[in-house]
Amino acid sequence: MWSIIVNRLKQGFRTLPYPKETPYFPKRFRGRPILGENEGMPICKDKDPLNAVTGETKIIVDMGKLTFHESLKEAFHPGVIRYSQDYRLAASKREDLLLSNNERTLACALDVKMKKIFGRSLKLRHVSAGGCGGCEAEVQVVQIVVFDLYRFGINYVSSPRHADGLIVTGPVTKNMAFALKETYDAMPAPKIVIAAGTCAISGGPFQGSDEVHDGVDNLLPVDLYIPGCPPHPITILDGLLRMLDRIDK
Amino acid sequence: MQEEMLNIHNGQSLAIARVPILTEPVFRQKIIAGVSRGLRLINLFGCVLDDGEKRIFSVLGNDAEGKLSISSFHVTTEKGTFKSLTPEVPQAHLFEREIAEQYGIIFEGHPWMKPVRCHNSVSDKPEHEGYPFYQLHGDEIHEVAVGPVHAGIIEPGHFRFQCLGEEIIHLEIRLGYQHRGVEKMMEQCSRERGALLAESIAGDTVIGHVSAWCNLMESLSGCEISHHAEAIRAIALELERLANHTGDLGALCADIGFLPSSAYFGRLRGVFLNLSAELSGNRFGRSLCYPGGVVFDLDEEMLKDFHRQLLIAQKDLNEIAQLMFDKPSVLARLEGTGIVSQRVARDLGLVGPAARASGCKIDVRTDYAFGRYRFCHIPISTILSGDVYARALVRWFESQRSIEFILNSLNDIPRGALRVEAGALKPNHIALAMVEGWRGEIMHIALTDNASRIMRYKIKDPSFHNWPALGMAVRNAQISDFPLCNKSFNLSYAGHDL
Repeated sequence: MWSIIVNRLKQGFRTLPYPKETPYFPKRFRGRPILGENEGMPICKDKDPLNAVTGETKIIVDMGKLTFHESLKEAFHPGVIRYSQDYRLAASKREDLLLSNNERTLACALDVKMKKIFGRSLKLRHVSAGGCGGCEAEVQVVQIVVFDLYRFGINYVSSPRHADGLIVTGPVTKNMAFALKETYDAMPAPKIVIAAGTCAISGGPFQGSDEVHDGVDNLLPVDLYIPGCPPHPITILDGLLRMLDRIDK
Repeated sequence: MQEEMLNIHNGQSLAIARVPILTEPVFRQKIIAGVSRGLRLINLFGCVLDDGEKRIFSVLGNDAEGKLSISSFHVTTEKGTFKSLTPEVPQAHLFEREIAEQYGIIFEGHPWMKPVRCHNSVSDKPEHEGYPFYQLHGDEIHEVAVGPVHAGIIEPGHFRFQCLGEEIIHLEIRLGYQHRGVEKMMEQCSRERGALLAESIAGDTVIGHVSAWCNLMESLSGCEISHHAEAIRAIALELERLANHTGDLGALCADIGFLPSSAYFGRLRGVFLNLSAELSGNRFGRSLCYPGGVVFDLDEEMLKDFHRQLLIAQKDLNEIAQLMFDKPSVLARLEGTGIVSQRVARDLGLVGPAARASGCKIDVRTDYAFGRYRFCHIPISTILSGDVYARALVRWFESQRSIEFILNSLNDIPRGALRVEAGALKPNHIALAMVEGWRGEIMHIALTDNASRIMRYKIKDPSFHNWPALGMAVRNAQISDFPLCNKSFNLSYAGHDL
């Protein structure tokens, strides 16, 4: 027992001071893209295999299709697309994920009635519907001491009957579509659906495969989109907290 | 006379025409004789060649001597049946089911011919309706069904237990829920898309799979990457192993209710993931590897920072693990639970830490050394007991070796180009690449056609070998032991389902 106490003292307090302070991100971290002026150079389609970028002089980036890869920068002259350190990526509407100038709409809060119900306590049920395991890992990791999801009153629960919301990862494979719908139907109303990760938003690397449905919103109404491949844990927290109107910066 | 087995080494490519074509009985007999001599059936897969001809390829491995041999046999159109190898070679069991599903080949005498990934379901019908689950009958027998949506945050799979009271008599695992069609998409996709797909085979084994894919592309295009790039890939691969091994140890502690180590290991895992993010900008190492080398370099400042952080992590790892492995209450729960004997491990062809915990001394990094591991060796850790304790301990030992490896590597990263150009692929070639991911042996095989396009891409995640072992580990155990056994393997659903 003494060793446990000694170890406990050594380990100290490890929870990040988020959201009071902006957490540290590595210098190579790839957050929201910053778009520069493209001088008529056609996009090198090879470097953008998921068609996340459209437009010619005025380019539009769809963050719902973006895998935040370094190679996307090579689709244009250097500097046309850069990645910033901005981790705030979540959006309430699919079209808010389209970046055409460098202004963007962050995820907005639930309406007054929903906020009254879920604002201080939100129980989520997670369903992995064909994800590679990356988004699942990040959805899981927000529970650990470093991020400590529970301090915000947000919990993961085992049964859809106890859940207020569904957090879905993966492009929704044909084989998981039925189980996903069953889980959704088993939740009591009112309920919300969160699509976490590029696959859950647009199918990600698997878009166009015969075996997948290219995203959750082809099957269920989605209330919050959290892009990323996989989304950083802080990006997930940011999305959830904005939805519950707990941060406004 | 053409030789019967062709030797090939890890990362080699050769003309498809050189692969021996045997007759069905000789092919069969070679595999049976080889496996009884102690070789391992590393791969068995089907392919439709340019001219519409169906071939089945086998790869046998002699782990002790580090030799791989390949051979094939021609499935004639009039006779689409083949005598099953499974009754003699249990390792072939899942491979044969996979070939049957993909190519409609019938294996006579296969004892367990069921779908692997395809559910062939209409989406408004429950997936498990009509699946031929094995069932026991009797007054006291009851059945427990779990999944595909589990209580925790994990991937989907269905587990069907046949129980006598609390005792599990049989566990059947049904997968395929994560089937995204990766192998098929890999064929004839652009290189950029290929990289994305390779990184998304199993999200916790990004570096393992993408480096196998890169090795193949490099081998097929005759490109040689620098020692510098190889060293960075090895560092990333070991970071991935560390993150997952420490994460698994934490998850095991959580499952038995030993919360201090669970919380600390969870935090420690983040240290390794964040180091990957320092290197590649992504916590799982995405965007780091590309055919021809790596995208990011380790600069001076980073080297110092990595060194400092890893020394702290090394100390933390040992303290936290000691805290766990010193507690009699922890050991009482782990020891003797979920035993997989060495004989079962060999029969099923287990790989990775699960095999090493059952006393099988196999490790691709040593047996079929690739990249940086040809110059810097990592000792193999094995334990004989084959229980949950052994699988936990092996992870701790391997984590220690990995930290030492990275610390040594940081001091002498050879100079060289970060990335060189990898050109077009050679036509009509076959290449194979093996990588020791944190779960074990990853193998990718590619065959190219006349026009240098990939006509068949075969992926084998270590989980493919190891899933049947979970069923064996829980046999005659209490049903409450299942979560613990499951965690001790921590297999990939996505890697199996592809």
